[in-house]
This record gives sequence, structure tokens and C-alpha cells, in this order.
Amino acid sequence: MSVELVLQYLVSPSFVRGAGMTLLLTVTSLFFGIVIGLALALIQESRTRTGQIVTLAYLWLFRGTPVLFQVIFIYNVLPSFGIKLSAFVCAVLALSLNEGAYMAEILRSGLQAVKKGQRTAGLALGMTGGQMMRHVVIPQAARIVLPPIGNQMIGMLKLSALVSVIAVEELLLVANQTASADFRYFEALTAAGIYYLAMTTAFMGLQIIIETVFDPKRRQRMRRVSLVERMLRTSQSFAIR
Amino acid sequence: MQHLLEIVGINKSFGSVQVLKTCSMTVAAKETVVVIGPSGSGKSTLLRSINLLEPVDSGDIFFAGENITRERKRAHLLRRQIGMVFQNFELFAHLSAAANVMLAPVKILGMSRADAHDVAVELLRKVQIPEKADAFPDELSGGQQQRVAIARALAMRPKLMLYDEPTSALDPEMIREVLDVMANLSAEGMTSIVVTHEMGFARRAADRIVFMESGEIIESAPSEQFFAGTVNERSRRFLDQILH
Repeated sequence: MSVELVLQYLVSPSFVRGAGMTLLLTVTSLFFGIVIGLALALIQESRTRTGQIVTLAYLWLFRGTPVLFQVIFIYNVLPSFGIKLSAFVCAVLALSLNEGAYMAEILRSGLQAVKKGQRTAGLALGMTGGQMMRHVVIPQAARIVLPPIGNQMIGMLKLSALVSVIAVEELLLVANQTASADFRYFEALTAAGIYYLAMTTAFMGLQIIIETVFDPKRRQRMRRVSLVERMLRTSQSFAIR
Repeated sequence: MQHLLEIVGINKSFGSVQVLKTCSMTVAAKETVVVIGPSGSGKSTLLRSINLLEPVDSGDIFFAGENITRERKRAHLLRRQIGMVFQNFELFAHLSAAANVMLAPVKILGMSRADAHDVAVELLRKVQIPEKADAFPDELSGGQQQRVAIARALAMRPKLMLYDEPTSALDPEMIREVLDVMANLSAEGMTSIVVTHEMGFARRAADRIVFMESGEIIESAPSEQFFAGTVNERSRRFLDQILH
């Protein structure tokens, strides 16, 4: 194995672009996934019959088929209905729709974890339904859903590799193409692996920062604890919480 | 005397169970009414129907001279004038004690954070835990939580306070501190309706006792008269039971 070649790959324009594409796919799909998931969760919260049927059908469809299938389906079937979208848009569309189904369940569990009495207390103070959601329910639900959403962030980063099948020039496709062109599988894939690990590490760090922001208690008491220590969850304050 | 609250013949059913049967009562300004009765007699439902958390099937509720019974759309505006305290405190778990008190004034009334903080400090002093302003609900005892909850309700300057079994979830040694705060508020002229099993509190702070059984208001009598023994047969039986 040539370390030098790995380094060369790491800084080569095609790998940098590939990693950038992977990151862009992940962030965009997560964003739309959360939007879709929130919409579905709120529809379910409203407890109307139509709403329940719509969300159930959605979950059934998008959780019930492989993501890879959804990617290929959207890319190959939509054009026959006259809808022509770029490979990138198809990729984001498929990943977001699929992510939305999982996000909906996560967000719903978060909303349901905030007990009814808390909502009643908000209403009794004179809040409107919207104010009650914004100031009482969502801040508490956010803390509950952050760890699973962190999982989804990392999952999405890896899921994005699937869209290489519709020729979106993301990290894995670049690595694979480079490897077969140069016959240096080990180096090319190692370079890709390093990028993936670097990005997941960054996501983990981001997750901890966001969790701290949403936990006023931790924010007060954890200011002087390093990020690494927080990731390892080794500090005293975590133990006594 | 002008009545702050007047309930006229309200009915409420959950499915086939009628929990309120043509209930009527009045509460004058500055009066403290204690509602007693066996579990499941409809006391909590009566309380929740007053601030429209539980819509009634028929009958009328007048608050400050206005018929509010069917004000579904303006219910939130009405609730700003009626404070409520719950059996399980229901402090907002993500906020400190002071922030719990400040939330409604800031978000609903648009008060500045600085002013709201002053209000919170003052109210926490009133309920005798100014030192816990920065503590979170899970760091407070039940009695302390309930006192913060009272401060939170008072922050909206309500005309009427509703207490729904405020001490039922408390350890015996904490009941006193909460009842003391409530009795002080009543003595200062805060109009209150208290659902409780604490007969000591009823004796000490109530102007009037309302006895409920099976969804009916059986008796409504001035406190002295009620405890003097000139009471209805059914209320007497209940009193005998709870006073052993």
C-alpha cells in the first residue's frame, strides 16, 4: 500500500468533489426529510381520519420498499410520465422521501413523549395551540428526538452512497471509478473511507453541540468540558446527571 | 355582592357516564370556595369546565358578568384571567423555576424579559422559595414544585385561581408549605376554588364549602355552618368517613 497515493487521492479534485457531493446530498436530503417528517408527524398529531390514512400509507410505501429501489424507480420511471429531473434531483427526492418516513416516526415519538399535562398547563396559562406547541412541546420534544436524529444524520451519509447507481458523482462512485482506472483499489477505497469517517466524526461533534444547545442545564454546567470528553461521555457531570 | 363566577345548571358526560349533573354554584370576588367529595364525584371536571379545558354539554358559565360557555375561539384569552394549579404540578421540565414563571408573561403578554424576571423573583419570594429561581423542576421537591406552579399561575395576574387537588401528590411533610401559601393568597383576597381532601385547610381558609357526590352538587354552605354540623345527610356521611 502506498500512503503517498492515498494522500494524493485525498487531495485530488475528483475526490474532493465527490466528498462535497456526498455532503451536499446528505445535508439536502436530511433537510427535506425533516420537513416531510415534521409535516407527517403534525398531521398524525391532529388525529383526523384522513390524516391518519395519508401518513399510514406514506410510511407503508416508503418504509416498505428498499431505498435503492426508490432511487432507481424515481430515476427511471418519472421520465416516462414526462417528468425529467437531473440525477442529483432524483437522488435528493428519493432520499428525502424515504428519510421523511423515518423522521416522521422519530418526531411523532418525541411529540408524544411530552405528556398531556404539560400541554394542559400551557393552555391553562392562556396560550394558543400554536404557542403551546412552540414554547412547551417542541423544546421538550427536541431534546428527546436529537439522539435518534443524530443516528439518521450518520445513516443518511452512508445511504447517499446508493445513488452511485444513477451515476451521481458522489464519493463512492469516484473512488470506485478511480480504483478501476488505476487498479489501486486499496488506496482509492482507503481515501474514500477516510472521507466518510471524517464526515461522520464531524456529524457526531455537531450532534453533541446541538444537544448541548437544547439542554439548558448541560449548557450551564458543561462549558469547560472539551468536545472529545463529551463524545466519550466520561466527565463527572454526565455521570451524576 | 357581585359574583365573579356563576355556573348555571351545567351538564357534562363522558360517553355514557354523566360526570356533571345540572351543577350550579356562584363564587363572589375575594371568596375562597373549597370543593370536597369522594373520588370520581366530578370535582376536577367541574374545575376544568370553568376555564373551558372541558367543554360542557349544556348549561351556562358566567365569568365577570360575561357568558363564556361557548367561547371556544376566545378560550385562550379567557384562560389568561384564570390561574390553574394541577395535582402533578406540571412545571415545564425544560425551564428553570424562574423561567417557568416568566414564560407566559413574556410569550403571551409580550413583557420584556427584564420586567418578567423581576415579576418572577417577586412571586418566588411570595411563595417562599426565592433561592430556587435557577433550579430546574427535577431538582425541586414536590412541595417546592407546586409552589413554583402557583407562582407561575400568579404571573398572569389572574382574577381567579383554580386548584385541582394541589397537595394530593405530595408527601405529608410538604403539604403544609403549599397550603400555607394558598391560605395566605386567600387571606389577601385572591378568589379561589380549591378541590382538596385537606379538611384542615378547608376549616382554615374556606369561606364556603361545596360538597359533590356522583356529579351533583349536594350542598353549598358557609364554612362555619358546614363544620358546625348543620349539614346535609350525605355530606355528613362523607365527613364521618374522612375524619375517620
